[in-house]
Amino acid sequence: MTKLKIPISAEDHIQGPENAEVTLVEYGDYECPHCAHAHPMVRRIQKRFGEKLRFVFRNFPLTQSHPHAEAAAETAEFAGANGKFWEMHDLLFENQERMNRDLFLELANKLELSADGLTEALEEEKFEARVRADFSGGVRSGVNGTPTFFINGIRNDGPSEFMELLLAVDAAMETESNSARR
Amino acid sequence: MTVSQKNDFQATELLTPGMKAPDFSLQFAPREMFSLSSLHGKPVIIAFYPADWSPTCGDQIGLYNEILPEFQKFGAELLGISVDGPWSHKAYAEARNLHFKLLSDFEPKGAIAKLYGAYRSADGLSERALFVIDKNGVITWSYLSPIQENPGADGILEALESLPK
Repeated sequence: MTKLKIPISAEDHIQGPENAEVTLVEYGDYECPHCAHAHPMVRRIQKRFGEKLRFVFRNFPLTQSHPHAEAAAETAEFAGANGKFWEMHDLLFENQERMNRDLFLELANKLELSADGLTEALEEEKFEARVRADFSGGVRSGVNGTPTFFINGIRNDGPSEFMELLLAVDAAMETESNSARR
Repeated sequence: MTVSQKNDFQATELLTPGMKAPDFSLQFAPREMFSLSSLHGKPVIIAFYPADWSPTCGDQIGLYNEILPEFQKFGAELLGISVDGPWSHKAYAEARNLHFKLLSDFEPKGAIAKLYGAYRSADGLSERALFVIDKNGVITWSYLSPIQENPGADGILEALESLPK
């Protein structure tokens, strides 16, 4: 059983309440096709469980196989620093097939973020350390590819497909409510 | 158990911590040989893996390539070993932009995997097996992964962290 080594903190990108019964953490890469495939599934799972589920996304760009993955992660972080992480997160996955520097600038414009500010952040690698920190923490937690999900701190080794993931979250919900009843 | 250097030796189980890592010399490029003993004085990670060209994204070799700087923080050298020939390794390393050595356990096939107890005779492939070897050439950690499962790097990093400074 592989466990999440880096606890959720205020530094993280979080959706859902702190006291949610289940926390789903994803280590992902914006240029990874499996992550783009998982993206709408995660959204459906969030919709289904509502306030009972907290979702956290951490960067795990596989830069040797995905040439734009690092810049994409830094673009999301730039948007995050300007209060629009999740908007950018969604747009990056939704536009994965067009991924390049022009797309990042286009999306920044779309979200009314400064394209010049983004260019500067990417040139100066302002968010590189942040992305690396996510990556290193992931490696130490046993992230072995993307996407890797942790459900209440335990790595989900089953398939990252909608039904399997939904059932795994549901099982964690069940375990939580059973222990609360005791 | 003593481990001989004879190529027909076959360890029945994965070599374990405390054992001397058997030395070997394997082809790492079409015309070049590489010996484990040339790394004496440095920690070494050996990753036996079944085959080149497994699917991308989730694959072990791609992950290790990405994590290489984390291994290098410990001054450790990573060696990948499979039964693929040196031309396959060369093409694979170029296609995936790999920054560490892939060695060919090609002739006699699987001899080094057998020496380390990491050969699957039924399939004619290496197991997915990991070893961390200290600077004196002694195995300090070994792990046999289920063959279909990417073992990740957390075990390797923990083993490197526990090496004496």
